Amino acid sequence: MSFFWVLLLGSLLGLELIGKVPPTLHTPLMSGANAISGITMLAALTLIIKAGSIGNTFLLVLGSFSLGFALFNVVGGFLVTDRMLAMFSRKNTRK
Amino acid sequence: MPISDTLKFLIDLLAVLLLALGIKGLSKVRSARDANRLAAMAMILAVIAVLIDSLGDLSISMDSWIWIIIGSLVGGLLGTFTAKKVAMTAMPETVALFNGCGGMSSLLVALAYAFAPNLLTDTSVGLNNIFIGQVSIVVSVFVGSITFTGSIVAMAKLQGWLSTPSLMQSKIRHVINIGLSVLSLIGISSFIASGGDSGLWLLVVSSALLGIGVTLPIGGADMPVVISLLNSYSGVAAAAAGFVVGSQLLIVAGAMVGAAGLILTQVMCKGMNRSLLSVLFGGAIASGQLSGSKDSGEYVNITSCSVEECALTLEAAERVVIVPGYGLAVAQAQHTLREVTRALEGSGIDVTYAIHPVAGRMPGHMNVLLAEADVPYEQLKEMDVINPDFPATDVVLVLGANDVVNPQAKNDPTSPLYGMPVLDVQEARTVFVVKRGMSAGYSGIKNDLFELQNTSMLFGDAKKVLGDLLVELKELGISGRN
Repeated sequence: MSFFWVLLLGSLLGLELIGKVPPTLHTPLMSGANAISGITMLAALTLIIKAGSIGNTFLLVLGSFSLGFALFNVVGGFLVTDRMLAMFSRKNTRK
Repeated sequence: MPISDTLKFLIDLLAVLLLALGIKGLSKVRSARDANRLAAMAMILAVIAVLIDSLGDLSISMDSWIWIIIGSLVGGLLGTFTAKKVAMTAMPETVALFNGCGGMSSLLVALAYAFAPNLLTDTSVGLNNIFIGQVSIVVSVFVGSITFTGSIVAMAKLQGWLSTPSLMQSKIRHVINIGLSVLSLIGISSFIASGGDSGLWLLVVSSALLGIGVTLPIGGADMPVVISLLNSYSGVAAAAAGFVVGSQLLIVAGAMVGAAGLILTQVMCKGMNRSLLSVLFGGAIASGQLSGSKDSGEYVNITSCSVEECALTLEAAERVVIVPGYGLAVAQAQHTLREVTRALEGSGIDVTYAIHPVAGRMPGHMNVLLAEADVPYEQLKEMDVINPDFPATDVVLVLGANDVVNPQAKNDPTSPLYGMPVLDVQEARTVFVVKRGMSAGYSGIKNDLFELQNTSMLFGDAKKVLGDLLVELKELGISGRN
């Protein structure tokens, strides 16, 4: 049942973390949080490893697709967020 | 506890800490970029932890490695390519696309575990309960497929690839969506009761259609709210997938994103003066329906003017405020705008930008676009800061913004916009509104500003008008190079 505690505390943490966000950062924050939701790649990874250990090719392929989708989300999400934020910080350092 | 377990536990703990710090840091301008990297690092750590753990109790087979590498390469490369190439103006649809793929990933994992229940029983980390396992699968499938199809529809609508069919604008859509929800429920109960594949497939198909049915009727300008909500869903789907595979880290991270996404959605709704319920179930507000019959959108007393007149007025001004909006973003005119303002600044005119909280195509999007065009951060003023300054402003240039400068929101209690925070541009001496035509804003409500004495309309695409303006200004001897 410890999993439900984890769920509860994680949700509460998420509610607390974003208190006051300046509107400037709504878009980057959304895209950053979106990248984090690609953490489901861990599940895909676990699936592939288990499927490999029982030698099920169908599950291996399914897992590989899942991993691909998740990594697309994670890698793309973090990079695009960085691209946006770079524009803000460039301005700050030049001053 | 074998050493590998302890090690994984510690790395997981560190990853959660970094993720939390990352989300926290993303909400402050100064720390945002580092925070994003912190979160990315946390993800890498989490992957390492999974690999260490698996090497501990069962070695990873050659087959697994091959498929891991294939999946990572394809996904990673496509992601990198998309992130580097996409235009800043296309940010909302890009986030939607990424988000949909995250949902798809959770969906596929859950399906795999449903097809091979023997994988489930192996998940003994405190989750020996088949019932909980099945519920997790069902939640992951349901939320995952809604997230996927919903996000793809959102992307297609923002790209203009898709418009709302009339069937989905009528009330019948509620019947269809309720029907699909019922089918999903039947699928869920049948899968949990018998574990059969047919129930699962029913669930997959009906929830995928439900994602389409719910997203299709929503208007383009409301779409950011929907994307933010779907982003929250993909967090929920990830947390459910965490239950399926028995990963605490996945549950924490998914729950954090789910909750944070919900808050962000709420903040966005507030900025647009809409409730989440009306966004989801109301569809777009039909013009004239809510504002009564008195303003059915007919404009009288519109003054339009030429680019030349506008340039002359700007030349004589001391203080100019730019109000950029959705139209500017759509026309991708931020760089041309920057050239115009450079020219004005070059001849000693004070230029600032008034940023409404929901300016652009989603909240904060305008800041990104202007930053891309090299506008100094200090020149961007938030609504509350700039509003008292309008009476002392000579010229306001409204570029493709509409509802956010509608005085009705302050003056007319019968207006559906009433109560929405707006920029008080009508207080300025002269207002120029650059607009493609006399069509209404996304709310479909007439804008009283356009009929005011001190307002002149400049019809045309924002980019073209600004380009012409730049030429005129140069002829008047105003250019940034002086």
